[in-house]
Amino acid sequence: MAAAAAGPGTGSGPGDSPEGPEAEAQERRRKAHGMLKLYYGLSEGETAGRPPGSDPLDPTDLNGAHFDPEVYLDKLRRECPLAQLMDSETDMVRQIRALDSDMQTLVYENYNKFISATDTIRKMKNDFRKMEDEMDRLATNMAVITDFSARISATLQDRHERITKLAGVHALLRKLQFLFELPSRLTRCVELGAYGQAVRYQGRARAVLQQYQHLPSFRAIQDDCQVITARLAQQLRQRFREGGSGAPEQAECVELLLALGEPAEELCDEFLAHARGRLEAELRSLEAELGPSPPAPDVLEFTDLGGSGFVGGLCQVASAYQELFAAQGPAGAEKLAAFARELGGRYFALVERRLAQEQGSGDNSLLVRALDRFHRRLRAPGALLAAAGLAEAATEIVERVARERLGHHLQGLRAAFLGCLTDVRQALAAPRLAGKEGPGLAELLANVASSILSHIKASLAAVHLFTAKEVSFSNKPYFRGEFCSQGVREGLIVGFIRSMCQTAQSFCDSPGEKGGATPPALLLLLSRLCLDYETATISYILTLTDEQFLVQDQSPVTPVSTLCAEARETARRLLTHYVKVQGLVISQMLRKSVETRDWLSTLEPRNVRAVMKRVVEDTTAIDVQVGLLYEEGVRKAQSSDSSKRTFSVYSSSRQQGRYAPSYTPSAPMDTNLLSNIQKLFSERIDVFSPVEFNKVSVLTGIIKISLKTLLECVRLRTFGRFGLQQVQVDCHFLQLYLWRFVADEELVHLLLDEVVASAALRCPDPVPMEPSVVEVICERG
Amino acid sequence: MEDDAPVIYGLEFQIHIVDFDDENNIINKNVLLHQVGEIWHISTSPADKGVLATCYNKPSDSKVLTCAAVWRMPKELEPGGHESPDDSASPAHTLELLCHLDNTAHGSMACVTWEPTGDGKKVISLADNHILLWDLQESSSQAVLASSASLEGKGQLKFTSGRWSPHHTGTQVATANDTTIRGWDTRSMSQIYCIENAHGQLVRDLDFNPNKQYYLASCGDDCKVKFWDTRNVTEPVKTLEQHSHWVWNVRYNHSHDQLVLTGSSDSRVILSNMVSISSEPFGHLVDDDDLSDQEERRPEGKSQEPPQDSVIATYEEHEDSVYAVDWSSADPWLFASLSYDGRLVINRVPRALKYHILL
Repeated sequence: MAAAAAGPGTGSGPGDSPEGPEAEAQERRRKAHGMLKLYYGLSEGETAGRPPGSDPLDPTDLNGAHFDPEVYLDKLRRECPLAQLMDSETDMVRQIRALDSDMQTLVYENYNKFISATDTIRKMKNDFRKMEDEMDRLATNMAVITDFSARISATLQDRHERITKLAGVHALLRKLQFLFELPSRLTRCVELGAYGQAVRYQGRARAVLQQYQHLPSFRAIQDDCQVITARLAQQLRQRFREGGSGAPEQAECVELLLALGEPAEELCDEFLAHARGRLEAELRSLEAELGPSPPAPDVLEFTDLGGSGFVGGLCQVASAYQELFAAQGPAGAEKLAAFARELGGRYFALVERRLAQEQGSGDNSLLVRALDRFHRRLRAPGALLAAAGLAEAATEIVERVARERLGHHLQGLRAAFLGCLTDVRQALAAPRLAGKEGPGLAELLANVASSILSHIKASLAAVHLFTAKEVSFSNKPYFRGEFCSQGVREGLIVGFIRSMCQTAQSFCDSPGEKGGATPPALLLLLSRLCLDYETATISYILTLTDEQFLVQDQSPVTPVSTLCAEARETARRLLTHYVKVQGLVISQMLRKSVETRDWLSTLEPRNVRAVMKRVVEDTTAIDVQVGLLYEEGVRKAQSSDSSKRTFSVYSSSRQQGRYAPSYTPSAPMDTNLLSNIQKLFSERIDVFSPVEFNKVSVLTGIIKISLKTLLECVRLRTFGRFGLQQVQVDCHFLQLYLWRFVADEELVHLLLDEVVASAALRCPDPVPMEPSVVEVICERG
Repeated sequence: MEDDAPVIYGLEFQIHIVDFDDENNIINKNVLLHQVGEIWHISTSPADKGVLATCYNKPSDSKVLTCAAVWRMPKELEPGGHESPDDSASPAHTLELLCHLDNTAHGSMACVTWEPTGDGKKVISLADNHILLWDLQESSSQAVLASSASLEGKGQLKFTSGRWSPHHTGTQVATANDTTIRGWDTRSMSQIYCIENAHGQLVRDLDFNPNKQYYLASCGDDCKVKFWDTRNVTEPVKTLEQHSHWVWNVRYNHSHDQLVLTGSSDSRVILSNMVSISSEPFGHLVDDDDLSDQEERRPEGKSQEPPQDSVIATYEEHEDSVYAVDWSSADPWLFASLSYDGRLVINRVPRALKYHILL
């Protein structure tokens, strides 16, 4: 501003421009420019649009900050010729003129602004002066106010203290009034039955009264209060004892009594005693339900009753107790646990008695539901009273019941099996009475098998209820492991199959070996049943069981193969026994026929004896019977027409060959020799050998036994000539009809040969019959 | 004593006395003619080794009656008498008849059994359903019926076999008829005990344990051998079922009663070791007293299991039914069996077992 203002003054003579002032002006202008440039943060070179490269410190630069006119003129003069000097002089002058005019324009343009600024400043100076005065006045006023205020507080101080004191006195007086009124209030509260209120009052006053009891007036109040409180406590206790008003109210009573500072332990006991009374009433009512005289409600109802009545009550008592006597610590908890244990035990005893009544019934679902309820109900008090072990005891009961149930089902299965057997016996006996033929053994077998299987399945289904997901105890370890594997699989299924085998085997050991006790057909049927079990049913049942009860237990279980082996052994024994029994029947027939006949004085044979026909008939019947249940089996490869051929061999050449030497008593050793040689080439006959599971083997066994008996009996008798011939005829007859039943007909020939040979040895006059005659007689018979 | 074990067996009309010389393994045979009929049962007197009794079929027209008689064999053939010439070509000797047991009133004789410990004067014979006690008088030349008893019941009751108990001073006899075993007191001729249905079928033979007075073995057509305690006859003490056909004979070894011999019509002879019911205790208690020489053997013996009843051996030499087995009366380790085809087999108890029992 200063430079601009100076500008017009200095630039007043633009025409006179020697080098001196010219340079000075340049200098000044440059300074002004430099300051502006500094102000705007531009370097000088940039403003002038000079080529960058030129030295800003160059004193010869007209627009540079360090322009030195002397150096510049020197330089011009030294370097430039005259013409150029002239040119530059004119150029310079022109430039100076242009600059002057520019400066003048600027000054004119800005002049008004300077003036108004000066005015404004002047006005401001005036206004500030006025303001200063007002401020001074304000300050004095404030000082006055402060002064007043201090004085007022000083005057009020005294009164305020008195007011505070008075307020304190007032509060005290109110308290005192409360104290003095306390006895009457308490009395009123007690009269109105607002025990809670009364106890609250008493609680509030007690400490104060305690503190000032040395003062007689307070003493009196305290005494009054104590009297009233005692009455209150008594009333509370009274109410508590009357007990009719449910657990929550009792709990309230106890709470109040506690607040009255009654001894907690005594209260515990009293509380529990009252709870006991109530729970015992529940138990009694349960027991009444249990009683023998009224028709017992079903078990589900019973457990419901017990659950809602007793267990609910116990829960209430326990939770109230824990709430009220939490301060009692472990001793109190122990008391409660003992209490719960004792009553729980009685409850369990009742439940068990009820459940025991249920053992006989067949309905598992109801029982399981009842058990579920029972168990579920006891979870709450179980959680509440872990120490009493109620949940464990409940689980134990459930387990026990489950076990008993398994036992019951096993019994049921056994009974079912025995029932089946009885049915079969009846079925076997009945048709004979009716005169109908063919009891339909295969049908009976199918009936028995399906009935047993359905019983097993029913039992499995019934038992399966115990492990159902929705049943609360099914996730107990017992039900997940042992119950499935040891209980159901081993105990029930394997146990049943075993007992079935044993029952079946017991028929083999029955003392009535004469065959009267067990019908042979039953033996046959059982044998087939066991065999079927061995081949298919056992593995089916066990697979079914394993599937239904995903056995997770690692304890060893009976493998299928062992059971199968047992079943097979049973089947084999039964079949062997069947063979023995049937063999015995025929043996007895043959034996009686040999023993009772007088063979010495018999007449010449005209017929086959009736008993032989009977033997053949019976054998055929047995063949049919066995054929109903067992497959044919394999025979030795001898075609059916071999009967004729072997017969001829038997009756002519072999027989003759053997008898011929024995006619002469002088050479008995020859017979022995011959028979011995013959035996060397034949296999030893095992009479009571084990049989295979097919018809031919069974029949072979029976026939072997019968013929061996015949042989032994014949050896014990003495025969006349016709006696021998009769034996010959009989044997031929048997030979004709028995060969087709056996696996190896050679066997029949051998044994019959043996019989005839023995008879010949036992005959003092052995004259055999003509084979052709024998044949004729047999064909006629 | 003498090694020779005389064995006597019967064949039609002949009695063969077979002498077995154990040392030289030589068998001698002497034939005695029995002219009265075929022999069904034979038993020797315990007191006089030259005396024997037979039951034989008397041939008569159209009727068979089994009679019994007591015989004396010639002096030179008596067992142990070595003076007999060895030539088999010597003429057959004849038995000297001492007396008949007259049974005309009682029916067929099934068996004759001598009083085991007596002086050879008392004989019991079983005839149909009668049990007859005879007194042999005047050196066995006269038989007097001392007392008798008979079975009464439904049907035809017939004794099949009988045995005189060596215990109770010879007052007990056991008999078998059909499936029943009965015990008799010879003094009163009354029944002492009765085992109904002892076997499923006919009882074939009986034998008393020579060392345990109440033990009785029986065998029968149900292929079983049963051991009974006659004080408690509801259940057999033990049952063996090893044969596959009728068992005709059962015999206790005379001195080691755990050895039981059975013969059956399945042509087998089975020697069983019935340790559990024998009179010899487990672990040889007698040995334990003898500390001096048993010391080193005992720990070994203690560690052993108590021996089990077992079949020692099954002899299958016979081709036909075996109808008789018996132990040698001289050598307790020797026994013989006889089968239908006339084969006589003499066997020894296996050496290992013999030493096991002896030591």
